Amino acid sequence: MNIALLLEMAAEAAPDRVGLVCDGKRWTYGDLLDAARGAFELIQESQAEYVALLDESSEAALIAVFGAALAGVPYCPLNYRLPDADLKALLGRISPALVIGDEARVTSIAGDQGHLIYSREEFSLKAQETVPADDAREYDPGEGVAIQLFTSGTTAAPKAAILRHSNLLGYILGTVEFGSADEEDAALMVVPPYHIAGISALLSSIYSLRKIVMLPSFSPEGWLNLVEAEKISNAFVVPTMLTRIIDVMEKGLAKDVSSLRAIAYGGGKMPLEVIQKALERFPSAGFTNAYGLTETSSTIALLGPEDHREALASDDPKVRARLTSLGKPIPTVEIEIRGEDGKLVPVGEPGEIYVRGEQVSGEYKEKSALDAEGWFPTRDAGYIDEDGYLFLSGRADDVIVRGGENMSPGEIEDVLLTHPAVADACACAIPSVEWGEAVGVAIVTRDGHECPCETEIKDLIRARLRSSRVPEKVVFVTELPYNEMGKLLRRKVKDVLAD
Amino acid sequence: MKPGTRLKSAACDTEVMVIRCADGQIECGGAPMGEAKPAEAAPLAADFSAGTLMGKRYVDADGKYELLCVKPGKGSLSVDSVALVVKDAKPLPASD
Repeated sequence: MNIALLLEMAAEAAPDRVGLVCDGKRWTYGDLLDAARGAFELIQESQAEYVALLDESSEAALIAVFGAALAGVPYCPLNYRLPDADLKALLGRISPALVIGDEARVTSIAGDQGHLIYSREEFSLKAQETVPADDAREYDPGEGVAIQLFTSGTTAAPKAAILRHSNLLGYILGTVEFGSADEEDAALMVVPPYHIAGISALLSSIYSLRKIVMLPSFSPEGWLNLVEAEKISNAFVVPTMLTRIIDVMEKGLAKDVSSLRAIAYGGGKMPLEVIQKALERFPSAGFTNAYGLTETSSTIALLGPEDHREALASDDPKVRARLTSLGKPIPTVEIEIRGEDGKLVPVGEPGEIYVRGEQVSGEYKEKSALDAEGWFPTRDAGYIDEDGYLFLSGRADDVIVRGGENMSPGEIEDVLLTHPAVADACACAIPSVEWGEAVGVAIVTRDGHECPCETEIKDLIRARLRSSRVPEKVVFVTELPYNEMGKLLRRKVKDVLAD
Repeated sequence: MKPGTRLKSAACDTEVMVIRCADGQIECGGAPMGEAKPAEAAPLAADFSAGTLMGKRYVDADGKYELLCVKPGKGSLSVDSVALVVKDAKPLPASD
């Protein structure tokens, strides 16, 4: 089955209902399907092997996803924030492609790679104007790859993760009820189109018939303005966006946000302080923490609104701690925690998160990472508590191994963040002659606070954790490096600590 | 028959996508479904006239068959004359 079915069904059930609002223009499901069919013609004619997007979110992204699906050509949105050299290499890996977006940039860095290049406007216009030559067009049956996404490469060179039509449909059909949104519902989309959350948001909104409102380039003011103007009911944000939104609200920007019923977040660690403030700032909204990976077609575990409320109201530290958990596996997937020997670890013990289910592709262009039983090793480290809540402690590769003892950077960072003068902290492995690896920490001091001395930091860790966790090296920095999705780039911190 | 096949009702407007199937006869409104619509419509059997709903998934008791309704109609679905039932999705809080 082909993911284009989702749009076909929306257009069949509600051809005249508005499905997308972008730059003030409104598109009905009928318009969107017509444009996707027009895009199919352009893609067929081009003989491209990929359809790539080098652009912010717009109608062109949606038309390209479904046009490429109809044509049976993988859709590959690219990260426009990458430097030229990296982007050129990625474009080279998908040549010849039909590339939509930044025409000038693609021409200058990869003009000799055989791509067919359209600007956003030109592509959208041509897709609308092109009418299928033949009424009885045969579209691709959807047995192959729908989406290819290059992973962000925070630890190594980007890998080409592939998602098949069957993975994405497994996720949507298993978790979204067709046409379940009210006609007034509107989802505000700010996640860039090259992120898996941006793709799953398109698919699930289309299938639930929830109007998509795009904000191509995020600013907290722009976000709040659109919430008020379009009476947004649903929104997905990454933690850094929520931090900035609350910041401008605290500085006095007052907008009507009472239409917001559901705010989902994911893509990075949400600071406890931010989510607590958010729950107060958006009293009408239920909060959901969604955990997922590119290789799993988005969400595999979530902490729902009820859990958030219960945790916030509880005096029990264990229940309160759930605010920092990823919640529970969704009913359509299985999750296990395994130790380094590949065996299940006891409840509460940390290990690597494994996941299995129809939506889990676990497949790269070069090879599949699934084991013989279909389990995908996420390389994320975490544990499941006695009540079944999943907690993330970092990437498995980030675990610090000191003299054979495994330590999670997260537990050290959590303690550091309790110090009033510490605004942000990162712990990682530094080379140690004696222990193989030891703990190094980089600390950002909070504005208006004295920089704590190194001894104070060491004493804090010693008092709260085992002595093996006490850092051998402490550096103070003005800020920690994050990528645009709010992921901490530990690799770079390691470099700073190694100097 | 294989997953991904689109079947049409001979007795009403219903169309389904096959998600899972075995060797039995898939019917709608009491008449066999096919990839093409027959020239002459089959009568709608009274026992199979409860109707289909857009976007619902229909399954048998053994989990061998699963059909997704992509166009609703007046007939209802069955396999070898045994009625299929609606499979409840497991809707999640909107997470994306």
